[in-house]
Amino acid sequence: MIKEKEWWPRLQNRLLFTGPTLFAFITVMIVPFLYGIYLTMTNWDGIATSHTLVWFDNYTKVFQDKVFWQSFGLTLKYVFFTVVLVNAVAFLLALGLSRGLKGQNLFRAGFFLPNLVGGIVLGLIWQFIFSNVFVFLGEKANIPLFSYSWLADPEKAFWALVVVTVWQYAGYMMVIYIAGLMSVPHDVLEAASIDGANRWTKLRRMILPLMVPSFIVCIFLTLQRGFMVYDVNLSLTKGGPFKSTEMVSMHVYEKAFLSRDYGLGQAEALVLFLLVAAITLLQVYFGKKMEVEA
Amino acid sequence: MRSSKSSTWLRITGLIVVLCLFVFPFFFLLLNSFKANTAITSNPLAFPEVFNWDNYRNAFEKMNYTASFFNSLVITLLGVALISLFAAMTAHYFVRNNTKFNQYTFMIMVAAMIIPFQAIMIPLVKIYGSLNLLDNKWSLIYMYLGFGSPLAVFIYHGFVKGIPAELEEAALIDGCTRRQTFFRIVFPVLAPTTATISILNVLWIWNDYLLPSLILVSPENRTLPLSTFNFYGTYSVDYGPLMAGLVLTVMPIMLVYIFAQRYIIQGVMQGSIK
Repeated sequence: MIKEKEWWPRLQNRLLFTGPTLFAFITVMIVPFLYGIYLTMTNWDGIATSHTLVWFDNYTKVFQDKVFWQSFGLTLKYVFFTVVLVNAVAFLLALGLSRGLKGQNLFRAGFFLPNLVGGIVLGLIWQFIFSNVFVFLGEKANIPLFSYSWLADPEKAFWALVVVTVWQYAGYMMVIYIAGLMSVPHDVLEAASIDGANRWTKLRRMILPLMVPSFIVCIFLTLQRGFMVYDVNLSLTKGGPFKSTEMVSMHVYEKAFLSRDYGLGQAEALVLFLLVAAITLLQVYFGKKMEVEA
Repeated sequence: MRSSKSSTWLRITGLIVVLCLFVFPFFFLLLNSFKANTAITSNPLAFPEVFNWDNYRNAFEKMNYTASFFNSLVITLLGVALISLFAAMTAHYFVRNNTKFNQYTFMIMVAAMIIPFQAIMIPLVKIYGSLNLLDNKWSLIYMYLGFGSPLAVFIYHGFVKGIPAELEEAALIDGCTRRQTFFRIVFPVLAPTTATISILNVLWIWNDYLLPSLILVSPENRTLPLSTFNFYGTYSVDYGPLMAGLVLTVMPIMLVYIFAQRYIIQGVMQGSIK
């Protein structure tokens, strides 16, 4: 590539080509991130113009904040069930839809539908379904499971969140699994068939190992979205009943913006970020080890 | 792969059952949006006896629908366009000027993708608040550029590498400047990638809630998800208009989906492979 010889045109091009993105990226992500680390060492309340350095007090408080760890534990439970269920449903749908089925595009489009709508609206729709449609069904058909709203019961409200999340993301992950299935080489499968492998053996011995990259992507996405869930949590249960379904994201939000404890809120956000980063990176690291070549 | 007739039928039946489970919430939403409140609470499963458009008129006004729709539209279109254009330029520059400095900058951008928004939102609000840049849709668009660039640069980077450098050298020898080479040759060649990135970003920005809820304060600046949520909160006894409001919010993107369904799903596929 021919390079500009003079420094001025070279700088001009650099600013034109990389300036806007880098400037926005640095001022929107990097500066707030670094400033956030500084904020965790202060006791700023969001209003006062001055604040004092308290060094690591906020981190000590994070470890003493029982509610934070409770909601973190709840989030872990939520992440576990959603990651397993979303990926299981998505993979099964992808398997069912990948072999030249008539009308498969219609099915794909239908399963993908919830992803067009944001979590806030999905949560509101399901709030109606859970507290009206299901309750009505439960009363008419005498199904005790639905006789009163799931959202009024702490344990069932948690499962309501899981159900909505599976419904929300299964279609998206299905699309990624379909892309993965299409990249499994046909000749390998055919060779296996000729050698007498049945469908189950092919799935277990060939398709699953070759699909490891898709699993890494999907599990990464579901882990991250699960830990950071906020929209559906807010619009479906608002953390209720009695704060029983308050996930960790919502807890951080409330600490900072409602209790006006910005330093502590940011410290909790950073601790959360470090934990999630560690978990997702470990997942990718061990996933990569399982990758095979066709 | 061969499979017997009966197992195919079993598979299709299973898929249809699951499809119904996926679609029924939207169906009941639409059904109840035409009914009066008493009809909804007495039987949410029944068809509406008369199609009542009052709910829609009511929701349309109370949600300030036109204003929020245009806010959402402007923010999404501008955000998506800026991210695509500037990220393509940056990725192109990084690939063709493969210096150590550019490599490190690129690595930092990619690494930053793991930072969740929640780890940034508190200082972000403080910084932009003290600069008096909150409650302003132009700041929000700018923030989308910042948050959206890393992924877009990353995806473009992979595809720019696939464009033969000879193509650009030929243009340069023929007298194109660097900018002309980018706009006349590279950017058009990248069109499929631009489509993928735009689709991913439209789905993200159009539906985003947390960031706009922190940035946009006054009612006239609200985007559709914000005004929907707000409408729901202040109106939570009368189901009819609420249902109509949700339908109105979902409608625009569903209309787009009917026509662009294949491209949207392909876009998500392409975006995940890289």
